[in-house]
Amino acid sequence: MHALIIDDSRTMRSILKRIVHELGFETTEAANGQEALDVLEAGLQADLCLIDWNMPLMDGYTFVTRVRADQRWRNLTLMMVTTESEHSQIVRALAAGAHEYVIKPFTAEAIVEKLELLGLHAKEVPA
Amino acid sequence: MISETNFGYVADLLRRETAMLCERGKEYLVEARLLPLARQAGDPDVDRYVDRLRTDGRERARAVDALTINETSWFRDLAPYQAFTDNVLPQLLSSRAHTRHLDIWSAACSSGQEAYSIAMLLDEALPAGWTARIHATDVSPSMLERVRTGRYSQVEMNRGMPATRLVKYFQRVGSEWEIVPSLRSMVTVAPLNLAAPFPPMPTFDVVLLRNVLIYFDQTTKRDILARVSRTISPDGFLFLGSTETTLDLDDAWVRETTGPAGRVVVHRPRAGMAAATRPAGAASSAGIASPTTASTANQLPTTLRTGA
Repeated sequence: MHALIIDDSRTMRSILKRIVHELGFETTEAANGQEALDVLEAGLQADLCLIDWNMPLMDGYTFVTRVRADQRWRNLTLMMVTTESEHSQIVRALAAGAHEYVIKPFTAEAIVEKLELLGLHAKEVPA
Repeated sequence: MISETNFGYVADLLRRETAMLCERGKEYLVEARLLPLARQAGDPDVDRYVDRLRTDGRERARAVDALTINETSWFRDLAPYQAFTDNVLPQLLSSRAHTRHLDIWSAACSSGQEAYSIAMLLDEALPAGWTARIHATDVSPSMLERVRTGRYSQVEMNRGMPATRLVKYFQRVGSEWEIVPSLRSMVTVAPLNLAAPFPPMPTFDVVLLRNVLIYFDQTTKRDILARVSRTISPDGFLFLGSTETTLDLDDAWVRETTGPAGRVVVHRPRAGMAAATRPAGAASSAGIASPTTASTANQLPTTLRTGA
């Protein structure tokens, strides 16, 4: 299983990387939506994207709409991980095609439980 | 770190008030839970605060409250909830077609995630014309108040709440999320100490007693299970935590595997040993509920704690 971590904060990418590594995921990092699209276009076979909302060049919402519009990535699971916490923003992200939504700050357990909800864990998650 | 003597005092206090075990090795937990209270009380450390507990009954109640709070998440462990929706509920919809009502007990509800998770599943799965009442009980008054309020922090909402249900069942209120009134009205809140005799309650179709027996000794576990068996319908379902069992504790139960890949164990009253055989006089006090008496649990004594 491979996770593409998309966030303009290196610290946040590092935190998320550590969490999903412990679940058995391999990871690739991107600092914004455009960089992430480029990586996918280059052929990265990702199973999961963890996506920040506010990033330079291309934000997470636009990234989600672009990915959902392309059949090549129809099996890619998209989870927003963002400080955007308004009810309307979550509705908007889900309507655009995001599968799950985590609001910062979060705990490692929150990410694990969300991935379990999505049926995505590379190895058995401890109860 | 808390002194051995003071840890012993706190462990005895907890056992006396709630029958919960607080064994050696949990010193860090006691320290973490009591330190904020010590600071609020103006004490420099937990040891000084425990000295205060020996003479201050009001502060003792606060301490017990803080020590009995457990972290929880929405749809915790997932599989039992899938079993509830896919296996248990269809059976109940068939067997309760004459009353079209379900009574469910979340028996150590903590801050209410279990009770409201079940309420969401029922809201999505109950056919039109059916009603359900979820009775949420806990020993902690502060937890019960949280369930009543139905408000959760952002960090709590991240714990297992699917985004689709977050937007469907919650409204943003300041920095918190509040459960919608239609769901909150399905949940009745009342104080209950599992280790003490139960007050009159409805007969339950489903009892959720998950991840709580682990805190009690064997004798108390047996006692709790025996009393639960008298509150549950003869064809009802008892859910325990994934590491808990009735095995070697109470032979009034039959274990059935169900849910995804048969990973979930539900406990059913053994024929002729549960509610049907409750002691004379208990049947009426059990107050077998119709939908209109669903608020019975509200009439419970304000507290069942002793000595607090």
